[in-house]
Parts: sequence; C-alpha cells; structure tokens
Amino acid sequence: MIRETSPETNDDATATAVITAGDYLNKLAGESIERLCREKLDSGVKRLVVDFSETEIINSIGVSILLDVIDSAKKHDAKVVFAELREDSRELFDMLGLTKHVTIV
Amino acid sequence: MIEQQPKLIHAFGALAELGQEVANKNNFQETIRTSLHLVSGALGIMRGGVARYSRFGRELNMLAVRGLGDDFPLSLSLCMEDERQFLANGLNAIEVASARVLPFFQVYSVSIDAKGIELLVPLIIRDEIVGAMFLGEKATGEPYSTYEIEIICAMGRHVGVAIAQRNLMAEIERRAEENRKLFDDLRTTYHDTVKAFAAAIDCKDKYTEGHSVRVGKYSEIIANELDWTADQVEGAATAGYLHDVGKLTVERKIINAPYRINAKESAELNKHPAVGFEILQPIHHPFTDVPLAAKYHHERLDGRGYPDGLIDREIPYIAKLVNLADSFDAMTTDRPYKARRPAGDVIDDMRRNAGQQFAPELVVAFMRGMLRELAGDAKEKRFRRLLGREYMEAEGLTTTLRSALNELRPTSEMTRIDP
Repeated sequence: MIRETSPETNDDATATAVITAGDYLNKLAGESIERLCREKLDSGVKRLVVDFSETEIINSIGVSILLDVIDSAKKHDAKVVFAELREDSRELFDMLGLTKHVTIV
Repeated sequence: MIEQQPKLIHAFGALAELGQEVANKNNFQETIRTSLHLVSGALGIMRGGVARYSRFGRELNMLAVRGLGDDFPLSLSLCMEDERQFLANGLNAIEVASARVLPFFQVYSVSIDAKGIELLVPLIIRDEIVGAMFLGEKATGEPYSTYEIEIICAMGRHVGVAIAQRNLMAEIERRAEENRKLFDDLRTTYHDTVKAFAAAIDCKDKYTEGHSVRVGKYSEIIANELDWTADQVEGAATAGYLHDVGKLTVERKIINAPYRINAKESAELNKHPAVGFEILQPIHHPFTDVPLAAKYHHERLDGRGYPDGLIDREIPYIAKLVNLADSFDAMTTDRPYKARRPAGDVIDDMRRNAGQQFAPELVVAFMRGMLRELAGDAKEKRFRRLLGREYMEAEGLTTTLRSALNELRPTSEMTRIDP
C-alpha cells in the first residue's frame, strides 16, 4: 500500500543531514523534502543524504524536485547522496541523468 | 528505440499527468508551476521557466521558474520580427544555438547563456502566441534528441491550452465586470429618472408637495417589513414614486383646487390611474408591476375603488401596497380643504379599513415598522423624517399601534401574500 510519510532528519556533527523520503515521491512529498533540504543547506549542512529505502514510486514531479535539490546543493557547495535506492528508481535516475550529479550508496 | 522505451513510458506518464493537471482547473499559478515540474521531470531538465505572452505589451512574463536564479529577467520583450518568426515557427521548439540571429536571442543572450537555456518553445494556440517555455540543459548533459523535442512540444501544447484558458477566463471576467458596471450605470440612470418624474409630478400639486416621493418611501418601508428581496423593495419604491404619473395630464386647477372638487372635476381627476398606466406601460421597467401599481392604486379590497372596481384577488399586490402608502400620506399631510389628521386617528382608520380598503397584512407590516421605530428598534428614523418628530411623538401612539396590531389578524383568505 502506498502511503505518504513526512521526511525525517537525523543530523550529526559532521554537517550531514539524512532525509527519509516517503513511499511515494510526488508533488506533496517532494515539496516537503525540498523545503527540508533548503533548511538544512541554509543551516550549513554540506552533505545531504536522501534515504529512499521506503520509496516505491517516484513520479516526474518528484524527479524535478530532486533536480532542484541537487541545484540548491551545488549553490551551497554541498553534496547530495542518494541512499537505499530500489533498482527501478536507480534505472530511472540513470536514464534521466540524476546519478551524474549525486553519489549513490 | 527499444532502449528508449523506459524513457518514453516515463515521459508519457508525465504527459498524462500534465493533461489531468490542465483539465483539473486548479489554481492557475499552481497549474503552471506543476506543469513546469512535469516537463522538467519527464526528461530530467535541470532548469527552465514558463512565461505568458502579453500581446499588448509584446512581453513574455514569467509565471514559473526553476533554477534560473534571481538575475534572470522576469519580463522579456519581443520585437515584431521575433513575434513574426515565433508564429511562423509554430508550436515547434527553437534551438537557441541555431536561432542567434533573432533579435530576441541577441537582446537576452547574456541571461540565456548564463543559465544554459537550450530550447525555447513558443506556445501557440489558434495562431496566437500565448506564452513560451524556456528549457535549460538536461541532467545527462546530452543534447535533446528529436523525440524528446517532440515530447516537449506535446507537453507545450497542454501548457499553452492552460494559459489560453486562463486568458479566456480573464477576458470573460473583464467583460462581465464591464457589463456589471454598465448595468449599475443604467440602474442609477433609471432611479434618477424615476425620482425626476416623481419631482415633476409633485411640482404640479403645490399642496401635496413631495407626495410621490413620500409614497415611494412608505412603499419601501412596507416592502422591507414584508422581507421582500432588495429588487422587490426597489420595485415597490419605484411603483410608489410613479403611482401618480397620470396626474401630469390633469389640469393644474383641478389638482390644486382649494375646495372639494365637483363631480365633473372628480371624473377628470379619476382618469389619472389609467393615464398613468398608458404612460408607464411602454417603458421597459426592471420591475414589471410598476404600470399596474399606477393603474390600480385606487382600487379597494371591497370593490368600491376605481377605475375598474376590482375586488381583493383581482387587484395586483403591488397596487394594494401603494394604495396603503398613498392613503397614509393623504391622511397625514395637510390638504387645501382639510388639515392632516392626528396620528392616532390615522392608525385607527387603517385598522378599521383593514380588509375593506387595505390588505390587512400590509397594514400590520406598516404599523409594525412604525412601532419598531418608536421602540427604537429601527436602524433609521424614517417615519420621523417623513412625518416630523412632534407628529410621531403624539401621546398614546405606541399604545394605539399595539392595540391595533393585537386586534388585526391578517386574513389570508382575503389576500394574496406573494408579491
């Protein structure tokens, strides 16, 4: 069952923020993630980890918002890490070029 | 093509979502913002913007932007040549690299190059430019392929339709507002004309100066007490203002006779309701009963009125209302042959004649309005303004009104309530 969850953050002393994406990365969830990422970047975070372990579906709006996060991170000299990607999500990001701008773990 | 299949499936999904977004008629700004996300997310486009075209200013005004930063112009001007070329291009993407010759790309080359804008898609609906999409480089860093450009153009048509729909709605709203103002102007003109007529009627009769205006105001008070709609109240007031318009054709010496007029003069005077009807009938009134009020405002429930001796149900309701207002004013103003009657007498007269001359529920409404004002429950002191403070403060008036109201029971069997 697809459910939307609020992203969660876990900060540590090395200026890394972990943001957990929900199960469906659409406009609503994407905007929450983007808002949270911007807050973290503005507060000096240099490494943004987006955890996709719960994410089953990512639509075009979700992709576009992730591109915005990548763009914002570049402007803040920060790195974006995509973690726990499912195979189909990874294929989608490869196909659209997102993986060229992030580190996959 | 086979290896491009997942990309196509993803892009078509975005196209379907875009169609739904445009059809949903959500908030326009939000629709455009979502559309830009869908186009960008469909093909992994790093940055871009959607602008609406203003034909009059010949400007592209940004509605939504992604990643273009604060220094990208929010409004971009086109010259006639740009406009002509964009139209000639149709709904096809223009590759910036091969269109440098156009004045538009020369004027904005710094901004366009700084943001890596690679494609400009004019949004053309029914041979008119409605907007444009600016699209930057893809996240893959690869150039746009032919089929990707086709997908972008297909999505552009949806975005163009959304903008064209919005433009159309704005035009409809503008025209509706224009019509509303015209209607208000017409209504004001109509009211002014009605009041001018009432003043003209009243000028003819030096003894009952202001009679038509007062009857208009009393009619309005009764209609308000009956909880009629604003339009109906306005109609009642208009009927009151114009009820005596037929008197314009009656000789001044008869109207102003300082004695009780004889039978011949009376017959002449009694023609005024029918004449009034003839005058008012050809005019297209916003309120249909106005001519009928003029014609029948001297009819009585018991059939002893004129010109046709109609009985209760045969008399238009508005005429019954104006009849009461007219009679009340006749009783409460000085006439050449008779001084005005004390307030208590007038109330008593109305009570006694309820069901004979007057519709009882109208008498009740009228008295209730008067009592409310005396009790201080009315917003305006309209009776006091029309009758004078002293008259309204006559001793025992409140008691007389209460007693009359207690006695009166609207006889619904006799009268029709609906206006």
